[in-house]
Amino acid sequence: MTNHWVDIKNADVVLIMGGNAAEAHPCGFKWVTEAKAHNNAKLIVVDPRFTRSASVADFYAPIRTGTDIIFLGGVIKYLLDNDKIQHEYVRNYTDFSFIVREDYKFEDGLYSGYNEEKRSYDKDSWDYERGDDGYVKTDSTLQHPRTVYQLLKKHYSRYTPDMVSSACGTPKEKFLKVCEMLASTAGTDRTATIMYALGWTQHTIGSQIIRTGAMVQLLLGNIGVAGGGMNALRGHSNIQGLTDLGLMSDLLPGYLTLPKDGEQSFDDYIGARAQQPLRPNQLSYWRHYKKFHVSLMKAWWGDAATAENNWGYDYLPKLDKLYDMLQVFELMHKGQVNGYICQGFNPLAASPNKQKQLEALAKLKFLVIMDPLATETSEFWRNVGEYNDVDTASIQTEVFRLPTTCFAEEEGALVNSGRWLQWHWQGAEPPGEAKSDIEIMALLFARIRKLYQTEGGKFPEPILKLWWPYKNPEFPTAAELAKEYSGRALTDLTDPADSSKVLRKAGEQLSSFGELRDDGSTISGCWIYCGAWTQDGNLMARRDNSDPTGIGQTLNWAWSWPANRRILYNRASADLQGKPWNPKRNLISWNGKSWVGADVPDFKLDENPAAGMGPFIMNPEGVARFFARKSMAEGPFPEHYEPFETPLGYNPLSPKEKRSVNNPAARIFKDDLAAMGKAEQFPHVGTTYRLTEHFHFWTKNVQLNSILQPQQFVEIGEALAKELDIPNGSEVKVSSNRGYIKAVALVTKRIKALTIEGKTVHQVGIPIHWGFVGLAKPGFLANTLTPSVGDGNTQTPESKSFLVKVEKV
Amino acid sequence: MNDLNKSRLIVRYTASQRINHWIIAITFVLLALSGLALFHPAFFWLSNLFGGGTWTRILHPFVGVLMFLCFAVFAARMWGNNRMTKQDRQWLRQIGDVVNARDEKLPEVGRYNAGQKVLYFALIIFMIVLLISGVVIWRVYFQDYFSVETIRLASLLHALFAFLLICAIIVHIYAGIWVKGSVRAMTRGTVSPGWAWKHHRAWFREVRGKPAVDK
Amino acid sequence: MALQSLDIKRRSATTTPPPGIREPSTGGVAKLIDTTKCIGCKACQVACMEWNDLRDEIGLNVGVYDNPADLTENSWTVMRFSEYENQQGDLEWLIRKDGCMHCEDPGCLKACPSPGAIIQYNNGIVDFHEENCIGCGYCVTGCPFDVPRIAEKDHKAYKCTLCSDRVAVGQEPACVKTCPTGAIVFGTKEDMKLHAAERIVDLKSRGFENAGLYDPQGVGGTHVMYVLHHADKPELYSDLPKDPVIDPMVSVWKGIAKPLGVAAMALTALAGFFHYIRTGPNETDAEDERRAQEEEHHE
Ligand SMILES: Nc1nc2c(c(=O)[nH]1)N[C@H]1C(S)=C(S)[C@@H](COP(=O)(O)OP(=O)(O)OC[C@H]3O[C@@H](n4cnc5c(=O)[nH]c(N)nc54)[C@H](O)[C@@H]3O)O[C@H]1N2
Ligand SMILES: Nc1nc2c(c(=O)[nH]1)N[C@H]1C(S)=C(S)[C@@H](COP(=O)(O)OP(=O)(O)OC[C@H]3O[C@@H](n4cnc5c(=O)[nH]c(N)nc54)[C@H](O)[C@@H]3O)O[C@H]1N2
Ligand code: HEM
Ligand code: HEM
Ligand code: SF4
Ligand code: SF4
Ligand code: SF4
Ligand code: SF4
Ligand SMILES: [Mo]
Repeated sequence: MTNHWVDIKNADVVLIMGGNAAEAHPCGFKWVTEAKAHNNAKLIVVDPRFTRSASVADFYAPIRTGTDIIFLGGVIKYLLDNDKIQHEYVRNYTDFSFIVREDYKFEDGLYSGYNEEKRSYDKDSWDYERGDDGYVKTDSTLQHPRTVYQLLKKHYSRYTPDMVSSACGTPKEKFLKVCEMLASTAGTDRTATIMYALGWTQHTIGSQIIRTGAMVQLLLGNIGVAGGGMNALRGHSNIQGLTDLGLMSDLLPGYLTLPKDGEQSFDDYIGARAQQPLRPNQLSYWRHYKKFHVSLMKAWWGDAATAENNWGYDYLPKLDKLYDMLQVFELMHKGQVNGYICQGFNPLAASPNKQKQLEALAKLKFLVIMDPLATETSEFWRNVGEYNDVDTASIQTEVFRLPTTCFAEEEGALVNSGRWLQWHWQGAEPPGEAKSDIEIMALLFARIRKLYQTEGGKFPEPILKLWWPYKNPEFPTAAELAKEYSGRALTDLTDPADSSKVLRKAGEQLSSFGELRDDGSTISGCWIYCGAWTQDGNLMARRDNSDPTGIGQTLNWAWSWPANRRILYNRASADLQGKPWNPKRNLISWNGKSWVGADVPDFKLDENPAAGMGPFIMNPEGVARFFARKSMAEGPFPEHYEPFETPLGYNPLSPKEKRSVNNPAARIFKDDLAAMGKAEQFPHVGTTYRLTEHFHFWTKNVQLNSILQPQQFVEIGEALAKELDIPNGSEVKVSSNRGYIKAVALVTKRIKALTIEGKTVHQVGIPIHWGFVGLAKPGFLANTLTPSVGDGNTQTPESKSFLVKVEKV
Repeated sequence: MNDLNKSRLIVRYTASQRINHWIIAITFVLLALSGLALFHPAFFWLSNLFGGGTWTRILHPFVGVLMFLCFAVFAARMWGNNRMTKQDRQWLRQIGDVVNARDEKLPEVGRYNAGQKVLYFALIIFMIVLLISGVVIWRVYFQDYFSVETIRLASLLHALFAFLLICAIIVHIYAGIWVKGSVRAMTRGTVSPGWAWKHHRAWFREVRGKPAVDK
Repeated sequence: MALQSLDIKRRSATTTPPPGIREPSTGGVAKLIDTTKCIGCKACQVACMEWNDLRDEIGLNVGVYDNPADLTENSWTVMRFSEYENQQGDLEWLIRKDGCMHCEDPGCLKACPSPGAIIQYNNGIVDFHEENCIGCGYCVTGCPFDVPRIAEKDHKAYKCTLCSDRVAVGQEPACVKTCPTGAIVFGTKEDMKLHAAERIVDLKSRGFENAGLYDPQGVGGTHVMYVLHHADKPELYSDLPKDPVIDPMVSVWKGIAKPLGVAAMALTALAGFFHYIRTGPNETDAEDERRAQEEEHHE
């Protein structure tokens, strides 16, 4: 989230699209209720199904899965055509006036530089034109045909209301009504917030859908302001913490990145990341990359990380490719993986194409499961009749199950969608032999290190020299780890201007990442968390919910990254002079000497607004980008591509170009491409999602949840049920090119047949929660059906749009 | 009636009929008491006779069914004696004479008088209604079979017919007490010829001269 | 003396008045369920199961979201979902939290034959005291909302207690405390009506012309009330009765029938008694015996 949960109450318009907040985030959803109750806010829901969120919405519009870029592109066109944009904001706080290179091209759904063979782009042309001073050229009149503004207008000129209604299936007047409601926030007096989640991410074009949403918000001037923003509703209670701490195959903590195997030189590695400003007097905060990186390496390897060994740069793996989930299972499937440690993850249930995974897991030598519960993955070898029809005797994989604690049996911080690190305390003793994840990892580490010590190995140093300064090496405490990721001084830190002045004594906790140094004198295991545990103690444990200005800025409740800042880009909530656009939503303002207000300023504290520094200080441009340059896999402007399993077979925006039917730069392996089904055999569009009553695949072990949703079902519209003669409550079979499931048919008015490009398309709703382990009635894993293909940027699988066939059993 | 007359006694009820009747009577008392306990708070204390409210609730319907079965047998056996005749209608018209014990003015009566016959048919109706309505409101076993509207109607009917029955039986008992010699019919099985002659003359004539069976 | 908040106003099958000296100045309490805010998350169901230590069966899906599919002795509240297409052709998903309405004039209490099995407290809560329940099921017959359920296990009647145990110590019911959207609120009935009035203004401004409060007067008002988008058509909400009253048959049965029945019985007995006093026994005398003998000898 750019903003935070409580802030949603400040919105005038709430758009829930690509998510189902009432269902998946009912507690967070209360802030929508607050906005409605106290701010007279209007709630819009755009979803293929009429959801629990829609049940309390002021306006609902249906959409075909995977077509949100067309819808939102249509909104962009509407806002531009009807001049419903916040002019001062877009002119000054975005790249509207930036001039793009001449060789940048877009034609028939393809951008310049496409390599069909590699399914990827050479992105050189996706950049700005530079002046002689090295800075980007701009045209403040916006007349230059290659200004971002002009290109944007041109790009989305094809996204007409007719295109929207024809390709998305959204009735035109409903689409226009949504446009109108959003447009009502173009002025400075009103704001809209967008809440989204997997309905946007789980597509091969997921990241680009989200960008399109962000572009709408930028046009409306809704980024950085209270009650606005792009609010990703995160998943697991600590999934935000997971990404923050770099648990992605290519990340390091704090969104630092692992080097690629071409990046053997430390200086080049830093140079490519410590970006210099693209416009005069811009902050470009990533310039400080080295400080964050070195402090991380010191936290990991301590004394073994020195200037001489580039702070242990060689200890870091250099990626030959991404090792995301799809990749790992692809390799496993090819028999190239020996062992797999599965910690708090149930991939057989969660990842696409169950059959492929079953085959892959059966090729492992060993599988380690760290989980408090029995999971489908830990029992993948068990024959459970139709639900898991495997030949147990032929599976040789040895499975180890290490019982872990769950959150209530340990203390620590959870990071919510709003980036708050909230400390929690242990509520119960772990049962039986369960051990916390930390303890298990520490014990594993101790034994592996021992093995390296006694038996040696190919590259023992990173393991042998890992700094392990914990009081009980077999069980580091959450507090020790928290202090480490927050960071401290290793030596006395002196004032660079006056070396006699000690700013921070050796051993003291740091107060913010501003204190981090690149000379090895500080550690911080995750720079964005720096300041969470200071000399004042554990700020994450604070529980003062006073809100002095009444707009939900409870700065003394827990701690928010970065720097306890609650609303990102909050400088953009004030105009060029530093006055809030809307005095009722005063986040920060310039008092002549300094930036002050209800939030921690996302800006240089003493920067006079007159000097022209842009509010988006992380970007080298200083402004927000409509034109993504090279940062996205499939192009600088979001373009619609059909799901890999498309009911149409062509891209309505470029019907003739075969290469741009689906995302030309998606994450796909050859065999998986071959496993795609066609609309002729699989005429219905499947989409998978959650129910309030269950959390993924483990609450079916819980009696209460199982009582509330005991048995697997699929939702089909009345029209399809009639066509196939399926009575409500009867059993149906849903198959895709990869397998089938059987479930109770829930026939509903809430899923309507859509008319897409003149033909009727039925969507089928498939909740994900059932499987063959647990107290609830046994069911099929929904991911039996889903295709193994992912977004080109995030590798997130396309679980929200694929082809199926529904049949009466 | 003196012992000399013993050999001349007329048999009115066989032993099995008497047993049957008294089972009905006892079950009726149990049902009336238990039913009353449930019907009106003022009588709830009666449930103590049955081991408390819950036992009262449990026992009542079973006793009811038992009573119904016994009654069915009893009533079937005397079906033939309860045909309404012209004389019966005349008897009914002279109900004032009945009440005032002016027996001599009344037409001759067969085995049962018209009052008994009316009672007989009323009892049949009451018992059937009570059985049906009782089953409908018998939650433990039958709650899923009937709509709440049906149950409401049945509750009302059951209470209503229970009271009709109780009143009818009060009349019936009183008749037994009032007409001396009747109780003996149901306890000993026999009546004196004079009793028969006085109250059921036609029946007397039908059976006269027949010696008493029980020696 | 019991906790003041548990002072009894009415007690089933009891003809004498309960202690009535203390009168709460705040009037009764009420739970207000705002169907227009409810997202059907069933958190309230879970809270109810947890607070009251209830665990229903793990059932089946019968083609609806409602699970458990009905109120049971173990499910004192269930969410009922109904799909409704309005005049404009737009879909509405009306979700209603079902459970005891805590009627001011409770049909269950009226019907109950067992003293103290059903209690109405001064604050309006209607509570079942299972230790006094004899399991007859009359409460089910009497309830206009089809709420009480007789357990198979112990043949006792169960339903929502409005968390009388929590309310007694100044806490809101468990479901209220849990509701994430604030769709359920709890307070004095007066306050709840004021709150509802505000909600109704808001709903009207959003185009729900018939928004209103459901506090049916046919049962004297209820201590569980609904805010409805379509107060003119409560039936849309999974058959919420439009004008619920204690059924006339129940009223007769548990009203006039009681004194009449007892009177009829007593009068019949008295009639017999006085008849006896007036006319004396109807005896067979020697004369009758003689005439009988005579006839016999004619043979
Ligand atoms: N109760 C419960 N809560 C949860 C979870 C849970 O398992 N149970 N899981 C948690 C996790 S890990 C996550 S990631 C979040 C996910 O939270 P959500 O993203 O809100 O959950 P989903 O149900 O997967 O999908 C949301 C909606 O996207 C819609 N949708 C599908 N395709 C499209 C599309 O193309 N366009 C649009 N506009 N909408 C589409 C679906 O119909 C669905 O209603 O929930 C979290 N919260
Ligand atoms: N088709 C389809 N597939 C999907 C999705 C979809 O929408 N559609 N959604 C996707 C998304 S967003 C997600 S997040 C995934 C979820 O996929 P998973 O994360 O695999 O799902 P969970 O069931 O939440 O599994 C987490 C496991 O962690 C265990 N666990 C809980 N606490 C602890 C702990 O403290 N320590 C350890 N070691 N284990 C613990 C639980 O018992 C559980 O078995 O599913 C994905 N898969
Ligand atoms: C014929 C079979 C009968 C059945 C199956 C039956 C069943 C029932 C049942 C189920 C009840 C409800 C209480 C309980 O569950 O125990 C009941 C109540 C009652 N029964 Fe019966 N019953 C029968 C016969 C009778 C008879 C013969 C009488 C009359 C003496 C009677 C009088 C009553 C009364 C007065 C009540 C209470 C009604 C009220 O509370 O309003 N029942 N009966
Ligand atoms: C509980 C006290 C009862 C007493 C003291 C009692 C007494 C008697 C007596 C004395 C007779 C003989 C009358 C005659 O033959 O002329 C009789 C007959 C009979 N009784 Fe009862 N009875 C009782 C209850 C019942 C009940 C509960 C029923 C049925 C529901 C019943 C049904 C009959 C019938 C059908 C006859 C035969 C014809 C008649 O006299 O009506 N009695 N009873
Ligand atoms: S907890 Fe609240 S929002 Fe959720 S179902 Fe219950 S009443 Fe509705
Ligand atoms: S709703 Fe039914 S059970 Fe609840 S108080 Fe009213 S009559 Fe009694
Ligand atoms: S079942 Fe109902 S009516 Fe009967 S005693 Fe119990 S609470 Fe009272
Ligand atoms: S008030 Fe208490 S008993 Fe009633 S539904 Fe709510 S939690 Fe359950
Ligand atoms: Mo997730």
